[in-house]
Amino acid sequence: MPKLNELTAQELAQKILRREVTAEECVLSCFERIRRVESTVHAFVTLIEEEAVKRAKEIDKKIAAGKPVGRLAGVPIAVKDNICTDDVLTTCSSHMLANFVPPYDATVVEKIKREGGVILGKANMDEFAMGVSTETSYFGATRNPWDPSAVPGGSSGGSAAAVAADEVVLALGSDTGGSIRCPASYCSVVGLKSTYGLVSRYGLIAYANSLEQIGPVAKSVYDCALLFSVVSGYDSKDSTSVKTENKDYTRFLKADVKGLKIGVPQEFFGEGTSGEVEKLVWRGIHKLEDLGAVRSEASLPSLKYTIPAYYLIAMSEASSNLARYDGLRYGYRVRRDGGDWSTVYSKDRRKGFGDEVRRRIILGTYALSVGYYDKYYLKALQVRTLIRRDFEKAFKSFDVLVGPTMPVPPFKIGEKIEDPLALYMCDVLTAPANLTGYPAISVPCGFTSNKLPVGMQITAPPFREDLTFQVGYAFEQATEYKSQKPPLK
Amino acid sequence: MNKRHISKEEVEHIAWLARIELSEQEKARFTEQFNRILDYFKKIDEVDTKKIPPTYHVLNLTNVYREDKVTPSLPPKEVLKNAPKKEKRFFRAPRIV
Repeated sequence: MPKLNELTAQELAQKILRREVTAEECVLSCFERIRRVESTVHAFVTLIEEEAVKRAKEIDKKIAAGKPVGRLAGVPIAVKDNICTDDVLTTCSSHMLANFVPPYDATVVEKIKREGGVILGKANMDEFAMGVSTETSYFGATRNPWDPSAVPGGSSGGSAAAVAADEVVLALGSDTGGSIRCPASYCSVVGLKSTYGLVSRYGLIAYANSLEQIGPVAKSVYDCALLFSVVSGYDSKDSTSVKTENKDYTRFLKADVKGLKIGVPQEFFGEGTSGEVEKLVWRGIHKLEDLGAVRSEASLPSLKYTIPAYYLIAMSEASSNLARYDGLRYGYRVRRDGGDWSTVYSKDRRKGFGDEVRRRIILGTYALSVGYYDKYYLKALQVRTLIRRDFEKAFKSFDVLVGPTMPVPPFKIGEKIEDPLALYMCDVLTAPANLTGYPAISVPCGFTSNKLPVGMQITAPPFREDLTFQVGYAFEQATEYKSQKPPLK
Repeated sequence: MNKRHISKEEVEHIAWLARIELSEQEKARFTEQFNRILDYFKKIDEVDTKKIPPTYHVLNLTNVYREDKVTPSLPPKEVLKNAPKKEKRFFRAPRIV
């Protein structure tokens, strides 16, 4: 029989509500697992066992008293460490914020608590969410549960690894250029980047505002839809929040894709895509055809400009966003006598930020500077328009677009870290959804000959998360990847 | 690498504008990396964007207004709790002039 920590949120919430198990037992079961595997996986920056157990007991009391509990009652959850949690360390995996304790909860955290979810800790990530491997964390790399010598993907690597290793049942990540979908693909779990504006960013430590969304990481499509239903919705505290009605997305889960038109962009299988990934994802696409979907080729010609456009925009926004780290209100500051503000500030920012963060701030400053603004930043924004037009056009003929999430399988820790450009290239298939604001999900799609996970990405038109869930669910029901567990002892 | 896009002096200047100190070794390393990156980024030069408007934001939002209503805010003690240096109810800043 599976242990409690191995169950899905759907199964667990039901057992807790029926009083077959207590929320406390579930939380303790996760911490037992954490104690066993965390020294190998290193998915967390901070664990809050005492507080989690206390919260679980409160939920058990409510249930015993017949009081209403939420949709996540007793479900153990990890929250990425760039999402503010009241009175709990929130470091962004950076030296700069190593001691930062937010005085408030992000809206998404408030919503999870309101629905009875129990937060077990803060998940490791690439520093300031800048990376695809979770190697740039100030606190050390997270490792892939399927192969500890490989990266878990990033930047939400801790969130995905914790879910894959059964240390938690659900997790929140954030996705600026693929940071949820990449680790979901690399750890064989489900991850969604929703339509821009559907999830409040209030309390998310900003990296590139116009691109990023908080989103769910889960063991199943149902769980993914469940957590998304909880965290999505209008929030007046986020001025880019879209006014929509709250929806229960679990209602859209029917294992039926008959007649659905799926487009396969030829550009998703370009020269950078590995043969093994190509083979597995095509097998997945054929599976969807077997289930009744109608496939034809799509074309997104501007996709080849994704990387420069995405990085120029992200770096520019980052250079402006990260200017706030002046060591005055919060963050790293050395006690030093003398020197003017600018010099003191520059020295602290050198020590407080790691290499990749500094690279992006400096290149972003360059792209926004006089004489280069038109050449780099404005040009990237215009290319963004072209990529968006390609998507708009493609969705006139298709319900969803399907392809690989990542062009290559998980690589070795240390393999690419000295080569920033090689790491940037990993975002080539995920960043278009951020540039366009379209929703995209990554679902498990099999394993390479080395037993490393590969994910399939399903992209839908804006506000059609229901379609990503529907196709993902049908695929999940027709395959057996969900039940496979990493070989961690 | 065919062409140098950015010199070490420029990197030094931009880093100063961004208020990030770099060691001599870092200046050299970053300059080399930036040139490789910019060399790849120049790919977008080939796109004809003369008549293409920029997409700053996918939602096409302009200004978002709300009622000017007073709502509870954090107490000063909470606001100051993460400040590396403070005095009474103030953040303590280094000398500016």
